[in-house]
Amino acid sequence: MTETRTPLVEMKNISISFGGIHAVDNASVDLYPGEVVALLGHNGAGKSTLIKILSGAYKRDGGEILINGEPAEINNPRDAKKYGIETIYQTLAVADNVDAAANLYLGRELRTPWGTLDDVAMEAKAREVMGRLNPNFQRFKEPVKALSGGQRQSVAIARAILFDARILIMDEPTAALGPQETAQVGELIKQLKKEGIGIFLISHDIHDVFDLADRVSVMKNGQVVGHARTEDVTKDEVLGMIILGKVPPKAIPGPGAMQVA
Amino acid sequence: MADITNTAHANRARAASENPVKRFFRATEIDTRLLGMVGAMLIIWIGFNIMSGGLFLTPRNLWNLSVQTASVAVMATGMVLVIVTRNIDLSVGSILGFVGMIMGVLQAELLPQLLGFNHPATWIVTLLAGLLLGAAIGALHGTIIAFLNVPSFIVTLGGLLVWRGATWFVTSGRTVAPMDATFRLMGGGTEGSIGFTASWIVGLIACVAIVATIINSRKQRKRFGFPQRPMWAEYFLAAVGCALVLGAVAIVNSYPWPVAIARRYADANGIEWPEGGLFIAHGIAIPVLIAIVVGIIMSFISTRLRFGRYVFAIGGNPEAAELAGIKTRWVTVKIFALMGMLCAVAAAISTARLNAATNAQGELDELYTIAAAVIGGTSLSGGMGTIAGAMLGALVMQSLQSGMVLVGIDTPFQRIVVGVVLVVAVWLDTIYRARAK
Repeated sequence: MTETRTPLVEMKNISISFGGIHAVDNASVDLYPGEVVALLGHNGAGKSTLIKILSGAYKRDGGEILINGEPAEINNPRDAKKYGIETIYQTLAVADNVDAAANLYLGRELRTPWGTLDDVAMEAKAREVMGRLNPNFQRFKEPVKALSGGQRQSVAIARAILFDARILIMDEPTAALGPQETAQVGELIKQLKKEGIGIFLISHDIHDVFDLADRVSVMKNGQVVGHARTEDVTKDEVLGMIILGKVPPKAIPGPGAMQVA
Repeated sequence: MADITNTAHANRARAASENPVKRFFRATEIDTRLLGMVGAMLIIWIGFNIMSGGLFLTPRNLWNLSVQTASVAVMATGMVLVIVTRNIDLSVGSILGFVGMIMGVLQAELLPQLLGFNHPATWIVTLLAGLLLGAAIGALHGTIIAFLNVPSFIVTLGGLLVWRGATWFVTSGRTVAPMDATFRLMGGGTEGSIGFTASWIVGLIACVAIVATIINSRKQRKRFGFPQRPMWAEYFLAAVGCALVLGAVAIVNSYPWPVAIARRYADANGIEWPEGGLFIAHGIAIPVLIAIVVGIIMSFISTRLRFGRYVFAIGGNPEAAELAGIKTRWVTVKIFALMGMLCAVAAAISTARLNAATNAQGELDELYTIAAAVIGGTSLSGGMGTIAGAMLGALVMQSLQSGMVLVGIDTPFQRIVVGVVLVVAVWLDTIYRARAK
């Protein structure tokens, strides 16, 4: 944790509340290039909310976000994309009624010199990217609704990597997938990591992410319990952080750590 | 390339196991749902033709049918976008009435004082003012819906009352007439049709456009090495498209001017009155031409432009669209502004046709417009619908109405039949969609 490099992302003392409830309270997390950080916690611990502030879906009440050491102004999803932040949402935010290519380019369509949609070029690029991710994928003409959960997931992931993301946020990326597809996503994460992309993995199940992550940050009741390198802690110790807020000796406690008398 | 060849193999394998009918539809990529609607319409047409003793399928009736459909068809194209984004617009009839009344007052009372009576610029000034007003009213509705978060049902229900009241208020309920002579051409009639030669030219241009579109899409797919439609399917589509266009032109070109008008025209132009009477064809009516152009533009907007893509994405998953960075609120405002503009076009057509602006103009049109869009396959749960389908829906509704008038069914029964047909049509559609899944 005493790295001298500039972190890719630093979220400092972030707070947000909804109607008097502090969904995220004074939380700080960071992420370095080529690193996978797992953000863990129970349902309702505030991890999704925290990360939605980074992706621009929510606007923070307090705190600051630094990208490459410089303050970043993120007020909506478009701003986040400008900083190279791409998000794959738990709910697989795809438009069900249009095809894969349209989803990949949603909000950033390719256009011909006349300003019309260049569907053919988009389909060509979609075939290329999807071919890399999921070589068996062939249903380019059908609305995404007709696809299986894994295929929809690959569409969502393809959308994120299509635009050279530097920071990738994956919210429960394997929740809707079978074992084989989960393994595929794991491979993909390793590949993206090699390319120097920083990845936030959000999950409530440590078994999904423990082997993939370099570090874990645990949240509880909107506060950060602590951070730890995965090599320094065991799964049981991390579980202790998630459930009790008990910070093991080699981890760095946060504001939400259980106060031991 | 490797995987594309694989697809071709897979397709061939799949095709081999299909029956010829399925293979035909897959190859031609014809929308079976749309085809079903055409079939239903033909049944209605043939049924009325038999019941009316051969009066329905005459050039005269079909020409009239096309003119009567134009106004609602124009509005239905906009209603598709509104309904696709899970909204509704109940105010279109009232906007039509209000904009029509303003355009009536402008051309019959204000502009003659400013420009002089029957000034050649009257119609265009009137029309532009109407379009602007329609767009402004629509944008107002859209802004309230998108930025103040009032449901569109309520906003436009309010609009229905407000604009009908405003229509009444403008002239204290008085009917405004007559309309400007050039403006009146937008309503059809013998004058408001483009005639024999021009109709064939329009038909030929349409055929060239159909063939060019097919060739272009084939070229594009070839450029990127995508699977192609079989050659016979391309020829088939081109042939059917051209046959339909030329057939329609032939029908409107075989409807002659009424004898009295033709004789007056002959006298005025010093043409000798021949023995069997003078045959001057109507050709395509101008309102129908307007509706077709609107349909083409709206199809272009909804399928080829980014705006249209956003409309459908919002309809499919509003949250995903927002997260993808689409300014969903602005898209909503634009949709309603466009709808208002189309109401103005419809208002021009219907005031020109009536040669008057009345305070009851467009009453119940909102319901016919919504019905046309829904019969045309627009799903009220959002995300689905086509412009062509909605226009066809408008034609089906109008066929039903004018057919019943022709057969002599009483007014109360007409309404009952239209209502029942609407419900049955949507029910059949629900079954179709459940099967298609």
